[in-house]
Amino acid sequence: MDEAMWAFGRVSGFVSLALFTGSVLLGILNRSGRPLMVLPRFSISILHRNIALLATVFLGLHVGSLLLDSFAKLNPVDIVVPFLGSFQPFWQGLGTVALDLVLAVVVTGLLRHRIGQRSFKAVHWLSYGVWPVAMAHALGNGTDVSSGWFLLLAAVSAVAVAAALLWRLSPSFLETSHARQGNLP
Amino acid sequence: MKTYLHIDWTSCDGRGLCTELLPGVLDRDDWGYPVARGKAGWERTDVPVRDADREAAQEAVFLCPKLALSLFERPGPEQEKRTPGR
Ligand code: HEM
Ligand code: SF4
Repeated sequence: MDEAMWAFGRVSGFVSLALFTGSVLLGILNRSGRPLMVLPRFSISILHRNIALLATVFLGLHVGSLLLDSFAKLNPVDIVVPFLGSFQPFWQGLGTVALDLVLAVVVTGLLRHRIGQRSFKAVHWLSYGVWPVAMAHALGNGTDVSSGWFLLLAAVSAVAVAAALLWRLSPSFLETSHARQGNLP
Repeated sequence: MKTYLHIDWTSCDGRGLCTELLPGVLDRDDWGYPVARGKAGWERTDVPVRDADREAAQEAVFLCPKLALSLFERPGPEQEKRTPGR
């Protein structure tokens, strides 16, 4: 049973990380205002939200299963307060930080219409912090780091997120940037 | 009562989700901003919504990335005409 929890805890962590990568990419695409091939803008927005929610569910499974596992020796406190863990407190603490940030981003995302655009966006910027923190946690804390497939997943994700960030910062990022810089079609 | 879709121009950033969801009601200008088809004056800001478009309009309000849209109701023009003294 313990073995199963341990395995499940690791796999759900990877799934969650991959989904968060997808969510960051879709969030950036959403921000650019562009449709993607057959996907209209509103679908990208809905996909972005739903993949983020799915990633959060897997994050819950990841933490939940490791709580039940005796090898990871997780304390309920470790879920909210970072850097107290008994095993690799620093790397595990990064996971806790990521979890806390995700909760803040998701809760304010779902309550967007109640709290208003300003507060929503102020918190939503944290999502750019979530990703590197979660990735560092996976690399530092994981026991699968030496395996090729995980390093491949990590490298591909890092390249994709870095490319999206560069695109986000480029002057032609917005769909309408061309027209708004004074060049009408 | 008639339903209107209010566009808050100070918030709108021309992202075009509403024009996708309400293609028959809203067109897009060159800068991406929504333009009510066949409307002039204040009806470009408070766009009349037919019953058939209500659901799509609700969706647009929910999904607008800038929270620039809202729905409101007020007595339609025909009703106003019938009110004595106006
Ligand atoms: C319930 C959950 C969420 C909802 C409802 C939501 C909603 C949104 C919306 C509406 C935008 C567009 C904001 C704008 O155009 O001003 C956005 C952008 C974005 N989202 Fe989310 N989001 C959620 C969760 C997440 C999570 C968990 C992450 C990452 C870990 C994330 C990453 C991003 C990114 C990177 C952007 C682009 C921000 C920018 O560059 O301006 N989102 N999200
Ligand atoms: S969805 Fe919102 S921000 Fe985008 S064009 Fe419509 S009103 Fe403006």
